[in-house]
Amino acid sequence: MKFATAIIIGAGQSGLAMSKHLTARLIDHVVIERGEVANSWRTERWDSLRLLTPNWQSRLPGYAYTGDDPDGFMTMPEVISFFQQYAELSRVPIVAGTRVTRVRQEADGYELSTSQGPWRCRKLVIASGACNIGSIPSLANDLPAKVTSLTPMQYRRADLLPEGGVMIVGASASGVQLAREIQATGRRVVLSVGEHVRLPRIYRGRDIQWWMDAIGAMDVRYDAMEDIERARRLPSLQLIGTPERVTVDLNSLREAGVEFVGRFVGLRDGNAQFSGSLANLCALADLKMNRLLGSIDGWVDANGFALSLPAPHRYEPTDVGAETRLSLDLIAAGIRTVIWATGYRPDYSWLDVSVLDRKGRIRHDGGVVPAPGMYVMGLPFMRRRKSSFIDGAGDDAEDLATHLHQSLARAAA
Amino acid sequence: MTMTMSASIAAKIDNGVNVTALLGAREALEKAPEAAEFKWRATCEWVNGTHSRSSIGKFFGLGSEQSRDKTFVIEADHPKVFAAEDNAPTPVELVLSGLASCLTAGVAAVAQRRGIQLHSVKASLEADMDIQGILGIDDEVRNGFGAIRVHFDIRADASEDDIKAVVAQSQKRSAVFDIITNPTNVFVTVN
Repeated sequence: MKFATAIIIGAGQSGLAMSKHLTARLIDHVVIERGEVANSWRTERWDSLRLLTPNWQSRLPGYAYTGDDPDGFMTMPEVISFFQQYAELSRVPIVAGTRVTRVRQEADGYELSTSQGPWRCRKLVIASGACNIGSIPSLANDLPAKVTSLTPMQYRRADLLPEGGVMIVGASASGVQLAREIQATGRRVVLSVGEHVRLPRIYRGRDIQWWMDAIGAMDVRYDAMEDIERARRLPSLQLIGTPERVTVDLNSLREAGVEFVGRFVGLRDGNAQFSGSLANLCALADLKMNRLLGSIDGWVDANGFALSLPAPHRYEPTDVGAETRLSLDLIAAGIRTVIWATGYRPDYSWLDVSVLDRKGRIRHDGGVVPAPGMYVMGLPFMRRRKSSFIDGAGDDAEDLATHLHQSLARAAA
Repeated sequence: MTMTMSASIAAKIDNGVNVTALLGAREALEKAPEAAEFKWRATCEWVNGTHSRSSIGKFFGLGSEQSRDKTFVIEADHPKVFAAEDNAPTPVELVLSGLASCLTAGVAAVAQRRGIQLHSVKASLEADMDIQGILGIDDEVRNGFGAIRVHFDIRADASEDDIKAVVAQSQKRSAVFDIITNPTNVFVTVN
């Protein structure tokens, strides 16, 4: 059986950053990857997708974007080659094409069953991502047979969809991007809007991600939050990465012709039912956006930058319309596809160690899992607000590599 | 830093809501979710005509039957334009009152939690109903409300946006708001 002191599962940003930090501490390790480097970015993303963070913010330990468009947004092929180059430069010991099928606890570590034979390790870092499975509500089972059901991980581009109208469920990052793209092809698009986080792409001349970074919001630690569970459940930011740096929000989608309905709450005989709470969800998102813009303005004033930047401004409140429909006969309305942009969750079906809570989430304290020598990475707000961002992998990897190194040193002493 | 600040502000403000107890209950129920399963009950007896009398007493929660000091009585009837006696509000008005009370309680609790002192809160509600539905004149008209409008007048030591945020959060966490805005299965049996 093959052995490494530490095994990292997954060669995405988290696994690569962790490898770099383990190498720096001379800890022998391998990165087991089911496919190739950046596998999810290769195989589980739609064609037009670009990163939602600007190029300059693609930073990994000892590595950063050096191209001539720091404010642009990488396409998926660019993301893949960015990671590939990093893996080569950092000489990451990747065991590619190897799927982990089971992890069991042993006397002094873990035993991994993989598609290429077993491995043993003392320390295990789960860096297999936060978005392995599209979360689909159970009412999807009641969709009429004529309606195709998809997650954004299966969607590639609009012309591959069955002919006819499309209902997109969820108005966070994935939902609004797909609504914009599919509406532009002239199809009927109905967007079911639940809780969402509205943000302008550019504010006072800078990217919203630049502001969140500058005011320190991305570095806020998990143990400084009053209600970390709530912060971890927050939907993704309503953003799109385009060369034109456009803002996508419900108002711009409405102008483009997208129809809104409330949260999708029921399905009876092909008749979809929507919540009447849409106006409040939009009001919540508008208020929350204005609070963030207010903190940005406060930071600008406190640092004396007000004169060198465009003046503060506020955006039009979300126009939900006076009459929002509460039900829709999907077939009669010509809806032939439903895309569930209702969030993603990690897949731990292979993890045979009792570290999951009653909702199937892995238990951890800032990435330290309550099983000896086990760590997790890349989950939303895991150690910091930026933990699930490419730019967040480095700091988390450094913290956890330090923890891992110390526990090895203690065991050796 | 933020936590200490809001705690010291919260100590000075008093909306009569015991937030500490509520937060304690939340923490306890996160660890024992089965205790969070409640059952609410009402009984209703016909008096005469459209006049009825409901009694509300015991409920189930925190793992056992809960009794209270008294049984509450709520009557309902219909107004004279419906050829009734107008002994009490109509059931649909009681629904409006239930929504208003739920949102108002939420405003007080959220404001307390956010360290906002309330001075006055008044909710005014209006609902549209086309009674062709309940009279069976037009099957395309629903029986219930076409829309409900709620207006809050709130005086509090907070900015306009902070007050709006309290009202929005109150809707987000309101049971009656959820009951009204989302479908619920109703099972009726007869002896």
